Amino acid sequence: MQVNGVRAASIVRQRGGGQKEMERAMTLSLRESVHLISDPMNLDATVEEVFQMMLGVNSRRYEGPVEIAEPESVTAVVGFGGLLSGACVFRSGASAAIKIAAHMTGMEFVEIDDTVKDGIGEICNMLAGSWKGKVPDLAANTGLSVPAVITGRDYKIHVQAPEFQLHHTYQFDDASFEVTIICDGLQ
Amino acid sequence: MSEVRSLIVDDSSVMRKIVERSLRQAGLENLVVFEAGSGTDGLELLKTQQVDLILSDINMPSMDGLEFLRQLRAQNLAPGVPVVMITTESSEEHVKQAILSGAQGYIRKPFTAEQVKERVLPLLNAA
Repeated sequence: MQVNGVRAASIVRQRGGGQKEMERAMTLSLRESVHLISDPMNLDATVEEVFQMMLGVNSRRYEGPVEIAEPESVTAVVGFGGLLSGACVFRSGASAAIKIAAHMTGMEFVEIDDTVKDGIGEICNMLAGSWKGKVPDLAANTGLSVPAVITGRDYKIHVQAPEFQLHHTYQFDDASFEVTIICDGLQ
Repeated sequence: MSEVRSLIVDDSSVMRKIVERSLRQAGLENLVVFEAGSGTDGLELLKTQQVDLILSDINMPSMDGLEFLRQLRAQNLAPGVPVVMITTESSEEHVKQAILSGAQGYIRKPFTAEQVKERVLPLLNAA
């Protein structure tokens, strides 16, 4: 979804915003806030918060090599549309995905079934929502897509020349996962 | 507290389970839960079931939570029943939209059982 000032003003109009709010939407730009939006600490704080509140576990950033050792992996993608376009991407191996879903639901899983995929999609959704919530103008002017979840073996994700990208690896217990914020357009 | 009949509307079955667990942890032990995977299913369910509380996600495919809320009011289903929106959308504008559409409460994801308790119990006690 490509959104510019005109589109943003249209969103404000649909919401019943007044003249001043419309004028603000026409001129609002996130470019001045790019240093806040691309701050890596926001992503770390987001991951810690979501995992603590929804799983009850402490996650920590891992500075080692970014590689999913298992051939089978799960990727969830939530798109951003609005003044920022791009995506939040969560990726982990099968065992970490199963562990995350088990913490979320209190259930046991032996394989990546629909409930595990659903749980990983929701984690990605919360990561995307919490991350954009760290910057108020970003939260107010960027929408989220519903999550898409991909499973498979030995696949790679390629992103073409983003405006900026944050790519971090985290661990909890003995499970690791990656979270990537891709910004391919900033108004 | 006597029996509380709750409708949880969310396209994610995992989130429906988490919300149910949070309600029980909030002290609603005598809880009867109805689940709907979409706003459309939620509206259908409310034509045959009486509930005391509705919790709905906002960001859902086909009919989103705000449209569900508008339809709920337009069709006069569950009049007087408190509705709490649960969503990842975190801006004040989204909260305002939910309240203007007729919600009585708003819970941001991620959330704790304590936050659910703080937002939901006063609404049930006031109803």
